[in-house]
Order: sequence, then structure tokens, then C-alpha cells
Amino acid sequence: MSDISNFSDDDDSRQEDCALVDALSELNFEENNIENIRKRKNSDNQEQSETNSDPCSSNSLNFVDEEYDYLHDSEWINQKCQVFILSTAGKPIYTLHGDEDKLNPLFGLLQALVSVVSVSSNGNPDEDDDCIRSITAKNTKFVFLIKNPLILVGVNKSKRSEQQILNQLMDVYNQIIFIVTLKHMKNVYEKRNNYDLRKLVAGSERWIDHLLKDEKQTRISNNSFVSLMHSVRILPMEATTRDNITKTIQTNCSKIKNLVFAVLIANNKLITLVRMKNYCMHTDDLRLIFNVVECSESFKTAENWLPLCLPKFDPNGALYCHISYLSDDCEACLLLMTVDQESFSVLSNAKKNITEKLRRSNYMEAINEGIKDKGINLKTIGVPDIRHFLYKNKKNTQLLCSEITTPYNTLEQFERIEAMYYDLHNRIHRVSRPLKLIYEMHEHEIQLAWVTANYELYATFEPLVEKKSIIIAQVNKLLKYIKKEEDKIFMTGTHIF
Amino acid sequence: MKAIEAKIVVLGSQGVGKTSIVAKYISNIYSKEIGPTIGASFFTCKINLNNVKVKMQLWDTAGQERFKAMAPMYYRNANAALLVFDVTNHTSFDEVKGWVLELQKNVQESMFLLLVGNKIDLEERRAVSHEEAVMYAQSIGAQFIETSVVRDQGIEQVFISIGLGLINLSSESKCSSMRRYESKDSLLSSTHSSMTNLSGIQYYDGVHMAIDISQSVEANGVGRVEIGGAWEREAYAHGYPQKTGWCC
Repeated sequence: MSDISNFSDDDDSRQEDCALVDALSELNFEENNIENIRKRKNSDNQEQSETNSDPCSSNSLNFVDEEYDYLHDSEWINQKCQVFILSTAGKPIYTLHGDEDKLNPLFGLLQALVSVVSVSSNGNPDEDDDCIRSITAKNTKFVFLIKNPLILVGVNKSKRSEQQILNQLMDVYNQIIFIVTLKHMKNVYEKRNNYDLRKLVAGSERWIDHLLKDEKQTRISNNSFVSLMHSVRILPMEATTRDNITKTIQTNCSKIKNLVFAVLIANNKLITLVRMKNYCMHTDDLRLIFNVVECSESFKTAENWLPLCLPKFDPNGALYCHISYLSDDCEACLLLMTVDQESFSVLSNAKKNITEKLRRSNYMEAINEGIKDKGINLKTIGVPDIRHFLYKNKKNTQLLCSEITTPYNTLEQFERIEAMYYDLHNRIHRVSRPLKLIYEMHEHEIQLAWVTANYELYATFEPLVEKKSIIIAQVNKLLKYIKKEEDKIFMTGTHIF
Repeated sequence: MKAIEAKIVVLGSQGVGKTSIVAKYISNIYSKEIGPTIGASFFTCKINLNNVKVKMQLWDTAGQERFKAMAPMYYRNANAALLVFDVTNHTSFDEVKGWVLELQKNVQESMFLLLVGNKIDLEERRAVSHEEAVMYAQSIGAQFIETSVVRDQGIEQVFISIGLGLINLSSESKCSSMRRYESKDSLLSSTHSSMTNLSGIQYYDGVHMAIDISQSVEANGVGRVEIGGAWEREAYAHGYPQKTGWCC
């Protein structure tokens, strides 16, 4: 194992020193630019650019008078991460922080930026190559994701790479599709291109908030890494128990027509998944389901019946989903997804039978035991110099993490280590120069990233481990442990009805 | 013991408190954190009234616009509808009228309608007057109750009057989709928690009498059943006497 020191080459990103605030105060300037472009252009795009710039110009007046202070509100402006969603016509749809309506001029600006770039190329906003992708201003990155009829903008002041911010925006986009379906959204915008999508998203904004991990109290959790690693976490339990739970679901659901997926989850982790032959559940869809279940307290009190769209499965259609928790004393959530909107009572019965069977066979206890699990305890498996690790099983995109202990169990420290993992992940996967191994000594810890054909390992060590042989020995021990416990901590094999 | 099983749908605009009313009654909880309903939630509850066991299957629907297309799935075959509006929000009252029109257009069978004005604890912000709501309820043959989940006013009455309404509906055999059967359970073996609260009321002959006002309710007409025309035979909300061979 050799030392590989890795320096980030961000020189090209050190452009002019302008932050969000400065960009904002340029609003009038930008607007003049649009005016000029409009005057110069007499092509067939004129009509579009006119409608596009209208909201911008009408709001710029308010901006100078009343809204000025709000846009410079220090609490808002100092957020590390901002996400904005607007329609291609410039209508505000969502902002992670603040109030969309008060930030209206900003949405105008964002829309202007997008349209200036796409108009000045060859005027086809659908063409990927002619879109604005990102702006880097010192430490602040502005990343644009243009998915007609939506524009998503992520602003980030942390070390995250453009790709990572883009992935985050993709997740948000998928969450919106999850709520309204792509087909419906396109239909609405075809009819009226200035439609206010907030009407359709109403009530589900917190799903997006939650996806972006806005809440401080639940912030310190290994769950933050699932989106970085594009994987899901598995509830640990004995392989035979898991098989029996799966069989229980299979036997109770095998006769139900049109049932596509049955998913049992608890504590943001997957217990089991049964699917219809020939159909797969994508990890990204599964993460959206986790997100929605996690932030919908109301699922706990009743049986729920709702249409959901799984964007990777089919962005244009919705599956009807029966969602309910197994029981009051077992916080595992069962989702039964079907294409038949009349089958509520059938699924409701199936759920009752599954619950009864699981209770009789004492599997509820096994699940409860798994829910208590906080992650691998590194002391007990004898690798005390490893403080924390992330292990991604590449074959089935499943993630294993260790328990978050000192010193990373405070918000500040957790965010620091999280940023380090993001940075590490970014550098080892850099498109221009992908690496296999990174080993770095930092001021407060040693970090190792190792990518092989079967797994990715990111580990953080005590800073004072001097001998590399110790590190190698401990990593090997950890890998051996994971191999040995594989059946328990990962879910192997697929199950069909 | 006679028993009936009926489907009830809860309709109304977003944020008027549909889920709060149901959750308050079923599990006696009130939470500001409850969050908007997505799609619809399904509850069951049982009430014993006048020696009849009423088993309710409640569909608590979402008020958001995007779920509007799903509503027919829930109100089809429903025997009663709970139309909830927020007394501080006149738009929500107007939207109830929209729901009533939709029901009248699409539901053939007789249905018991109950208009509920929620959030009367916010009296100072009231936008829909008591009289206006009563007038409207009378015009559609519905009953009207004002409630407050925060102060626990009128919630019990809502469910009792639905129960009585359903019993009445079933005794007149106007409703083919309602299940009627003999229950073997005795009154005492009922497990539902609200049974105890009901004990004072269940001996009333509910059909021609307003529900008794329990101590928690102030005696200002608040939280009590207003008798619309709902009990007269001609004055059902809508629907026609059952046709022979009619199939739903």
C-alpha cells in the first residue's frame, strides 16, 4: 500500500470573485443584456424570449425597493446549500431556504441566465450541449439542471463537486416526478406554459426538504451517505429470518394479480423486496420511497392508499401503493405496489395476513432487534483504530456503515467528516483521472479510499497510527469480517412473486 | 344485535382539518405536526347506537388538487360523506359546494351528508357565519355541526350523527350498497374506546332528536347538531328510492 497524495486542481475554478450577493446585484445589468439580445434577435425565438423575460423585468422594480433587504438577509444568504426550482417560463416553484415569492427576482435572474446561454448558442433549449451547466465563483458553485419544463439550480459553498451537486438535483427532480409524474407535468405545461406547479406539489414540499437533509436533529446519521454512494442500507438480520419473512410475503401475495412490488422497510433500511418477474426496482426509486416514508408520520396511524410514480421504473405512470406500518409495536413499513387501482381491499387483507403470520412466528422481534442496530461496532470486531467506514457492495448497490461515535457525533464534526467523504469520493471517481486508492494523512484523521471491482471502501482512522502495516492489517480484518457476515448485513439474491 | 357496515368518505379542501377530526376521534390525538395526507388514509371504527352496531369504513382523502382525480374512487359506493370546511376560510366553504355538486352528479344512491365547520376555536377569524352554513346545509338536506379539534368540541357528535344517519338510511332500505347483518357481539364486548363516552347518549332515540350536548360543549349552538331536513323521507341529500335490480 503506497502513499498517494492527491492535490485538487481547482485552479481553473478560481475565476472572478463574485458571490451570490454580487450576482444578485447584477440583476439589472443582466436584464439589460436580455433586452439587448432581444433587440438584436429577430429569429423565430423572439416570442419565447419575450415571455421568458417578462417576469424578470416586472419584478426588478420591487426588487430595488422592498425586496432588497430580504435578498440580502444574512441568514438566508449564509446557507451552505441552496436549491431552487423554477419553470422554464421563470415561475418560482421551490426554494430550500426562504420564501419563493419574496425571492421572485432571483428566480427571474436564474431564468435569465439559462435563457441567455441557450438563446445565444443556437436557440434550442432541448439540446443539452447548449445549456448553462455551472458557474464557479471562488468557493461557490452554481449548478444548473435543465429538464424541460423545469430548471433546477443548486448553489453550494462546500467542497462538493459539480457532479455531486448535479446528482442531488437529479434526486430532487426525481422526487418531483415521483409526486406528479412526468406525463402529467408535461401535459399541464403544454396547456399553459406559465402554470404554477406549486399547486400540484402542494403538501409534498417537505419531501424535497427532507431529501436535501435540511433538518438538524436528524442530520447526524449514516443515512446521509446513501445519496453519495447511490445505494441503500440493509437492516441486519439472520439470513434464515430474512428468507422466512420474504416467504411470508410471497405466499400471501402470490395470488394477487397485478402486484408489482412488495417492499418491507424499517428505520431507513431495507428488510426485503419481492418483485414481479421481469421488473426491477432501481436503487434511486427505493431511496425516494425511503425518503417519503421517513417524513410521513401520518402513515403510522392508518392504512394509506396513494398513487406514486417511480421515475426509474416508469416516469409516465403511477403505481397504486398500499402503505402501512406492521403494527404499533413494530415500526416496519410495508409497501404493496400495484397497477390496479381497485385492489385496496385485497392488499389490505394481504397485509393483515402478513402481519399475523410475522407476529406468530416471532419475526416482529427480529425486526425490532434490527431497528435498534446503529451500525457496525468497530470496537467489538477488533479494529479500534478505524473510527468510521463506508463499504459499498457494488454488485447489489448496498451500503454498510459503522456506528457514528466520537468524535463525529456532534453536528459540526459530522458535517466536517461528511464533507471529507464527499471530497474523497469525488477525487477517486474523477472522470478525467479515476483512481483506485487514496491514502491521506490529515490533521485530525487518516483517510483511505479503495475502489475494487466488487466494492468501494472509505475508511477514517485515528490520526496517530504511524505504521502502515497496522492500517493494512485492520482493513484486512474488517474486510474479512464483512465477508464472513455477508449474509446477515447484505441482502443477497432476488425474490419474485 | 343488528349491525350495519358502511363506507364513509371525508371530503374538503386542503388544510381544513379532515385528518385531525378523524385522528382526534379514532385515537384521541391532536398534533400540529400531522402533515398533509397523501392520497387517502383508511380507518375503521365501530359505534353502538340504539342497539345497532355501526361499523364505519372511513376514507380520509387528501385535499390537494392533484388528488382530486382520485376522489371518485372513494365516494363511489359511499353511504355517507363528511364535508369539512374551515370556518375561518370562506374559500374552503365554497369548495365544499363544489364537492356537493360533484356528489350529486356522480352518486346515484342515497347518501347521508354531514357538513362540518371546523376550527371554531379561531372565532375571531371566522369568515363563514353559522347562519350561512346552516342555510346551506338545509338547502342540500345535510346536517351541520361545528367543531374544534383543539378544544375537542363536536367531534364525538360528528360520528354519532353519522352513525344515526346511517342507521336511518339502512332502516329505510334506500341503500343497496350498505351491508346489513346480525352481529353476535354483545354491546359490552365492543372494544372501541369511545364506547364509554357514548354510554350517556346511546339510549336516545336518535332519529328525531338532536344529540345531547355534553358538558365539554358550550351551550351556544356550537358543536351541536342542527337539524336540517335530513330526517324526513323526502329530504335526503339526493338519490332516489332504490330501484329493483339496480346494480352498483
